[in-house]
Amino acid sequence: MITLDSKIPEGSLSEKWSKYKSSIKLVNPANRKKLDIIIVGTGLAGSAAASSLGELGYNVKVFCFQDTPRRAHSVAAQGGINAAKNYKNDGDSIYRLFYDMIKGGDYRAREANVYRAAEVSNATIDHLTAQGVPFAREYGGTIDNRSFGGVQVSRTFYAKGQTGQQCLLGAYSGLNRQINKGNVTMFSRYEMIDLVIIDGKARGIITRNLVTGEIERHSGHAVVLATGGYGTIYYLSTLAVNSNGSAAWAAYKKGAFFANPSFVQIHPSSIPVLNDYQAKLTLMSESLRNDGRVWVPKKKGDKRPANDIPEEERDYYLERRYPAYGNLVPRDIGSRAAKERCDAGYGVGDTGLAVNLDFKDAIKKQGKKAIENKYSNLFEMYEKITGINSYEEPMRIYPAGHYTMGGLWVNYNLMTTTPGLFAIGESNFSDHGANRLGASSLMQCSGDGYFILPNTIGNYLADEIHTPKIPTDTHEFDIAEKEVKERINKLLSINGKQTVTSFHKRLGKILWDYCGMTRNEQDLKKATELIEKLKVEFWNDVKVPGTTDELNQELEKAIHVADFFELAKLLVADALNRKESCGAHFREESQTETGEAKRDDENYSYVSIWEYKGDDKPPQLHKEELKFENVEVKVRDYK
Amino acid sequence: MNIILKIWRQKNAKAKGKFVKYTLDDVSPEMSFLEMLDFLNTKLIEQGDDPVAFEHDCREGICGCCSLYINGRPHGPGKKTTTCELHMRLFKDGKTIVVEPWRAKPFPVIKDLIVDRSAFDKIITAGGFISTDTGSAPEANSILVNKKHADDAFDSASCIGCGACVAACKNASAMLFISSRVSQFVLLPQGKIEAAKRVQDMVAKMDELGFGNCTNTYACEAECPKGISISNIARMNREFLKAKVGAPKDLG
Repeated sequence: MITLDSKIPEGSLSEKWSKYKSSIKLVNPANRKKLDIIIVGTGLAGSAAASSLGELGYNVKVFCFQDTPRRAHSVAAQGGINAAKNYKNDGDSIYRLFYDMIKGGDYRAREANVYRAAEVSNATIDHLTAQGVPFAREYGGTIDNRSFGGVQVSRTFYAKGQTGQQCLLGAYSGLNRQINKGNVTMFSRYEMIDLVIIDGKARGIITRNLVTGEIERHSGHAVVLATGGYGTIYYLSTLAVNSNGSAAWAAYKKGAFFANPSFVQIHPSSIPVLNDYQAKLTLMSESLRNDGRVWVPKKKGDKRPANDIPEEERDYYLERRYPAYGNLVPRDIGSRAAKERCDAGYGVGDTGLAVNLDFKDAIKKQGKKAIENKYSNLFEMYEKITGINSYEEPMRIYPAGHYTMGGLWVNYNLMTTTPGLFAIGESNFSDHGANRLGASSLMQCSGDGYFILPNTIGNYLADEIHTPKIPTDTHEFDIAEKEVKERINKLLSINGKQTVTSFHKRLGKILWDYCGMTRNEQDLKKATELIEKLKVEFWNDVKVPGTTDELNQELEKAIHVADFFELAKLLVADALNRKESCGAHFREESQTETGEAKRDDENYSYVSIWEYKGDDKPPQLHKEELKFENVEVKVRDYK
Repeated sequence: MNIILKIWRQKNAKAKGKFVKYTLDDVSPEMSFLEMLDFLNTKLIEQGDDPVAFEHDCREGICGCCSLYINGRPHGPGKKTTTCELHMRLFKDGKTIVVEPWRAKPFPVIKDLIVDRSAFDKIITAGGFISTDTGSAPEANSILVNKKHADDAFDSASCIGCGACVAACKNASAMLFISSRVSQFVLLPQGKIEAAKRVQDMVAKMDELGFGNCTNTYACEAECPKGISISNIARMNREFLKAKVGAPKDLG
């Protein structure tokens, strides 16, 4: 029986990390070269970790499924990265950033981890700047900041609407510098298919070379997953279409516990679904809500063009319902409010599943030039997709699946329940509770990769310096490779009638309809049944063309979708278990009279952590009780 | 709308490729170009054929995965548009659309429309970075940057590494790509320190990998989906000259 120890250090909140860092074990520079570290994923977290661990002198191997590490989906984060620099002199501090995240996450995150994320945020900005990330500047040469959803200070650093791209390129440069020095070996177009455990420790991975199809073995003294979230489980989401949950799922099935799988953020501002062929939904950055006002007509079913609807017939429902935060309410609240209006018949556009995001007033007040400076690339992107010029008429937006707060459970060291297996960035559950605040994902990924993992992994590896290179010709690698090959052959041999994508679409629709922005017991039970039925159909009737010995994109998708059926069941089980509403998880049975989420702290102030017990057995639930010693647990109020 | 597609099919790097013709009915003008290819692939799979391999990921014009030479133009007919942002409403009913992979010696075909662009990574590995270790950075605002320089550095840095510039160039030159990186760093005080070494290392690697030279046709700028300016190449040439004839002691 694994005991869950979150390893939170003693001491006051503000001293925990510095004291801990001073007391953990270190690895002598001469010994680092003898230690192999495998990193899977080259988004901001993975690339940051790879470059930092390379600098320290470890022998690092990095894997990504794209053709180059720079493509990882961190690239698409638009709005910004938070830090508690207080450059705007508006009362910001590490504590306030920590407090905003705890509150924004609806009191379902671990205090110590969140505080540390806020604490390392300032060093992150320093590092990114030194790398040449071109943050927006003031005329005097200092860095500019802007505000972002869910907070009342301006702490967001940005590079127009391309902050993620610029931060990722910074990390990618650092990674390349270490490749140049020979400290890091890069494996592009490689996908991790399984994790290898030897004597209870993570010791390697099984990969598929996506060009040749070859199944390979790679060993290490530790394995780091930086494989992102599983939002594409909904099929349509704001994520890159190849993002997937398979690496985390392989880890779960090999014993690592999975936390809060039902905590999925639905982002309020994506371009609405336009047709049945659509493969993804495009995000319109939350930063737009700094200047854009959200509204629907006051009259039901009003189909007049937006500009023909006079001011007094517009319902600026966010400003009406949440006067203190207005258009800057957190994402979960913004999404549900849009759904509420559209469900009630006030939505706009052909489908009625859209609301207006209007820049008219901002343009009048600040001038078109100022708005262009801030958002021109977003306006261009919107026009390319929809053909609409939003300097002249409002954008139409609707919520879409976006970010998964849930993920592999990790302790304070960012280590999973499997010794030697670490999870960083979006692939872990740790910092965002039940709802993530804008611009805190880049912040967590870089904090984890640059400043936290390089310290905490040393504490683990210090006990591994006498372990020689891990051989790959062992029984454990044999079995893992055999299982991977069997699963691939099974998928290829079904030779049914329906495409992988058609199954993925249907799975996504089940989850969106029955386990999306709002949830209830009846729907969730129905979802469980439907997923199981569809899963059986998949394994009997999917058609995966081609062979395994070639570049085979359908096979890659089939592996991901097969895993998604299993993950979907866990996601729904977690949503069923949590009978309260909190953050992005809204149980209709648990709401206030005004339709706001109602938490149940007495019964659910815990992280739900699931242990795999076999394909035919239900997973076992473990709980990490959340203790709030530094903030008062309150009703989350943005009114 | 109905369209005729002539698509380059090539089983793998060693196989000989050829154009294959497909007719596709019921294409919606609202489909993106890649959704149209998804649509074709669904049909191919259902009738037992091998789907067309093409590269894509974010599908919002930022990751740089998508490529495709469409009717003789990298990323097709849209202005400042990646293939994934291209929509079928830009094409005419009943017309033929020719789809090829990037054609450039340093980008060999892997399968169908997918090419190997790892040469770009190799150039960045050679010197496309600022040498700064995690933990060693000074306070961010201790490095002041002129706003104009910061904005220009941002414009250069918005390159997505898709390779359209190389595909558009008759010499298969990578100079727009490299110069965007050189410019981003040289415009910032923190990047100036190793500027001379950087530009020489990157250019040497570029030559070694078989990319051609720039003969000022401006095709790269015209086809760049991110609007990277050719003035970056001029800046790189200045930096290169400065490094070569300037102060060798800078090379460190």
